[in-house]
Amino acid sequence: MSELRMENLVARYGKVTALDRLNLTIKDGELVTLLGPSGCGKTTTLRSVSGFLKPDEGNIYIGHRNITDIPPEKRGIGLVFQNYALWPHMTVFQNLAFGLELRKVPLEEIRKKVRSVLSIVKLEGYEDRYPRQLSGGQQQRVALARAIILEPDILLLDEPLSNLDALLREQMRFEIAQIHKRLGITTLYVTHDQTEAMVISDRIVIMKDGKVMQDGRPEEIYLRPTNRFVAGFMGTTTFLEGTVQTIQGDSCMLKTFEGWELRGIACGGVTPGTKASAAVRPEAVEVLYSPIGAVSGKTPAENSFEAEVDSSYFTGEVIDYHFRLGSSFIRVRGDTKRILKPGDKVTVRIDPDRLPIVPAESI
Amino acid sequence: MKLNYRPILIKTFELVLLVLSFLIIFGPMSSLFLWSIAQKWYWPHPLPQEISFAYWKQALGIEKSLAIGAVSIVPAFFLSLGIAIVTVIIAMALAIPAGYALAKYKIPFGTFVMFLFLMPNAFPQQPIFVNVLQMFTRLGLAGTVPGVIIVHILVGLVFGVWITSATFRSIPPSMEEAARSVGASAPVAFFRITLPLAAPGLLASSVFVFITSLDEFTGTFFVGLPFVHTLPLTLYSSSGYNMQFASVIALILLIPSILFMFLIQRVLKAEYVGGMG
Repeated sequence: MSELRMENLVARYGKVTALDRLNLTIKDGELVTLLGPSGCGKTTTLRSVSGFLKPDEGNIYIGHRNITDIPPEKRGIGLVFQNYALWPHMTVFQNLAFGLELRKVPLEEIRKKVRSVLSIVKLEGYEDRYPRQLSGGQQQRVALARAIILEPDILLLDEPLSNLDALLREQMRFEIAQIHKRLGITTLYVTHDQTEAMVISDRIVIMKDGKVMQDGRPEEIYLRPTNRFVAGFMGTTTFLEGTVQTIQGDSCMLKTFEGWELRGIACGGVTPGTKASAAVRPEAVEVLYSPIGAVSGKTPAENSFEAEVDSSYFTGEVIDYHFRLGSSFIRVRGDTKRILKPGDKVTVRIDPDRLPIVPAESI
Repeated sequence: MKLNYRPILIKTFELVLLVLSFLIIFGPMSSLFLWSIAQKWYWPHPLPQEISFAYWKQALGIEKSLAIGAVSIVPAFFLSLGIAIVTVIIAMALAIPAGYALAKYKIPFGTFVMFLFLMPNAFPQQPIFVNVLQMFTRLGLAGTVPGVIIVHILVGLVFGVWITSATFRSIPPSMEEAARSVGASAPVAFFRITLPLAAPGLLASSVFVFITSLDEFTGTFFVGLPFVHTLPLTLYSSSGYNMQFASVIALILLIPSILFMFLIQRVLKAEYVGGMG
């Protein structure tokens, strides 16, 4: 049983609080991603777990073993670094064998293990290469192999893909997810790339200022953010502000400052009468290419508003628009079949099932 | 077909530059060599009228001569070599832990400590070593080989500590951390990972300490005389009387330096290839 548990972790750098009573449990075999902007405490969390940073308060457990005061080499944790951290004076074989040698594993067994772990990361036959003879992606695979060869209880990955180019990064995402599925090691993954987090995680933990902002499955985090920070951090979000009028079950009615009524999903415990923000994502906005009066006369359909094109950016796959909606702006994506010019008047309809409404003040 | 003169011009320019720098570096040395074999050389002749290797033979102790300043320099050479080797060993034994600590940990007044090592070279040396002599006389170290070694360590430690700490600084902390994560204790991680990675830089810094010790004059003059005659001191005492003999010593002093320059160049190249640069 190798569950990783952090209890009330506090870490301070001088006056800055990097971790503010952090509580986090990663269940056996789970892959959890720490996601957040730089300085949110995700790296501090990782360094506390790996043992290179002593938290000022709190405890860390692997299963029932309290590892808070145990030195890094005795924690049974595999580490993958952003800069790979392969030892340049050793071959791939020597890099992988180092930990086994320290454990006095017989050479024959070391050879077998190195072969098997290289086949997992798809680098069979690379034993005698030096790290400098490998590409960035291959080096990262060796680093991953080195971290799993000792069959650790916990695997920690610190932005392992951020030094790779975009194409390779996308491919490695799936591979890491597959390797995790195959080996089932309890894994803590740190990244600032939300797509990466979405693809590989069982659970995502969004952090800000050393605190957990939300903890949930990827689709929960994205579709049901519980606060304005998470809603804004995930996706290409623009906000429409207003006051909550009524709540019926999941459904929430927001009255914007212009007096428009906007239906969405009540998230994060919004209550009637309080200020709230509707998180508009481009994929939830449908563009009807005619002004509102021409569609439905005087009574517009639910969540439909007249908007004016403010600016447009051609990206190839889609066109990125900024629409002016009363006093606010929203970001919208349109297809390239019909290109709108700034100043064009259109009708937008925002899908109420994909419009999270969260409390206006961020935590 | 039109001939492209550009590459030819560039190559010619490079050649001229190469010859010039060769002359600048080896020109003065060639005069040293001429002097060392000049048996007879009177003004206004541009080259010696009579050449022989008599002075080399004297210097190397093969022949004995009664000329002033003509002594065998073999004992002085081995004394200098011995002092330099002991100096390197002790200085590096101090510099490696100091450089590592300065690179890895936040030492209070770290910059101040770094400048402390610079001090023996930052001030005029005579006043410093006159002071050292007084102190060493009280301690019974004046005129002794250990006294001279201590002076050489003081002078050389700046290269030792500065280059060593820069070397350790250039190794990412994740190298050691990766070793810790696969079960290496801190000392094992240091000796198996950091030390081999730092080896080129450590070698370069010990070469600097070595050459500094081999060439050290001022400190040895004050602290070592009249009993400790290193090669530079022998050179000094003969140069006034016997130019040929002084030239021989000067050339012999050059040999280790040139050898080590080649060594440094090779090592630094390896370091560059290793991606540590």
